[in-house]
Amino acid sequence: MSEPIRQEDNAAGDPLIRITGLSTVLNGKTIFDNVSLTIPRGKITAVMGPSGTGKTTLMRHITGQLDPDAGEILVDGQNVRTLDRGALFDLRERIGYLFQNSALLTDFSVFENVAFPLRQHLKLPEELVRNIVLTKLQAVGLRGASDLMPNELSGGMVRRVALARAIVRDPMLIIYDEPFVGLDPIALNQILLLIRTLNDTLGLTSILVAHELAAVRRVADQIYLIAGGKIAAHGDPETLARGETPWTRQFFSGEADGPVPFQYPAQDYAQQLGFAGTKA
Amino acid sequence: MSAVRKDQSRFVAGIAQIGALGMFLVQILRAIPASLRHIAETARQIWFVGAMSLVIIMTCGLFVGMVLGLQLYYVLSIFGGTAALGTVVSLSLYRELGPVVTALLFAGRAGTSITAEIGLMRATDQLDAMEMMAVDPLAFVVAPRFIAGIIAMPILACVFNAMGIFGAHLVGVSWLGLDNGTFWSNMTSSVDVWKDVINGLYKSLVFGGVCTLVATFQGYTTAPTSEGVAYATTRTVVFSSIMTLAIDFVMTAFLM
Repeated sequence: MSEPIRQEDNAAGDPLIRITGLSTVLNGKTIFDNVSLTIPRGKITAVMGPSGTGKTTLMRHITGQLDPDAGEILVDGQNVRTLDRGALFDLRERIGYLFQNSALLTDFSVFENVAFPLRQHLKLPEELVRNIVLTKLQAVGLRGASDLMPNELSGGMVRRVALARAIVRDPMLIIYDEPFVGLDPIALNQILLLIRTLNDTLGLTSILVAHELAAVRRVADQIYLIAGGKIAAHGDPETLARGETPWTRQFFSGEADGPVPFQYPAQDYAQQLGFAGTKA
Repeated sequence: MSAVRKDQSRFVAGIAQIGALGMFLVQILRAIPASLRHIAETARQIWFVGAMSLVIIMTCGLFVGMVLGLQLYYVLSIFGGTAALGTVVSLSLYRELGPVVTALLFAGRAGTSITAEIGLMRATDQLDAMEMMAVDPLAFVVAPRFIAGIIAMPILACVFNAMGIFGAHLVGVSWLGLDNGTFWSNMTSSVDVWKDVINGLYKSLVFGGVCTLVATFQGYTTAPTSEGVAYATTRTVVFSSIMTLAIDFVMTAFLM
């Protein structure tokens, strides 16, 4: 297994994000039930959990895209739930967000996509914009693809362009929602290094939503495991990987049996197939 | 009982949609000052909804004018009044057919593409991505299209009118032998610039706003699925057409 690319403790005292008593019900389903967690500054925090458990929803709460039913969400001391639109936009200018499906602007080229946040918010000389964009594209290995349109890129390349766009303004917080999907091993390793390097050299804070255990264990400082609307486990990757609780044991070993049901709730299998009551 | 309830809920949903459309218009108007920063995007949209619609507008205008020329020549000849062909054709076009048919064509050509484009942006999280980059999609995406529609529609209606008169001239003068001088002189002496031409342009301005409002609203609020986008584009044509014709009646009553 690859060596962890982790730096020693560089967190400041107060956390960048503090969530208290978060409760969310969507379409009658409880997503979060009185969840509290903190994201320390300068660290890479991974949020993991079974599919559909609300990881992306949690990110949408943090960025103010979706208002929860209850709870307090403090980001850099600001209560996201009480911010007006202008203040929320000010906060978002300091957050980079890599969307699950990349969400590149399809009418814009790779270069224009990465330059978009710079051009919208900063009146920089075009020469400087060009240099910044090319630097970020170089970091994700796509400087040569700057003139291509999104529909000319592979899935992995689209992820990398979206990553370049998320980091182009060197934000205080970067949220990576499934950054490793579609990446080949070389790109995966480079992106892991990039996430770590960005975090450590620029003093950023990163939240990583991912399922790739090996990759997460290499780069994350701490992991939150969410399941059943609660924080099922929390700690550093090595501790959680030891599987000392039923949740972590099942999740880190990938077993179907355990506290997290593999099957979506359904009626009895034999009954649905029409075998119920049939004698052997 | 259930059928009555269904009708009631449809009625309530319809009223809610009209309310939501009104709120959306207010949001667009609020976003317009911020959208002035994106003047290049507005210019691009004027090109897209205006210039790219020229072919269909010119073609349809020509044929509408030719049909008008034929039909009116036949009717007027019964009363011995073929000399009034230019007058009747131009008044029909300036007052009603120009603004209305242009709006219906605009809804079918530009409105549907606006809905589909914004709907796909919604479905692929592009609008959410803009929100996350602290860029207001109403100012960057919706308002430029709204402004473009309001600017482009009167110009397209003028082109439609010009092609229609040309078509009627082709049929009436070149084909059926009406005197060229009579055609033009009767037209210019009976058409009033303010009462006929400008009132028609007022209508076009309003229709441009209505059609792009409906198109952007349907795209912006569409369900983020391929089926949702398909329904939204259909609704754009249906609602734009109904609203255009209804507003045309109201405006005609007030502008008469």
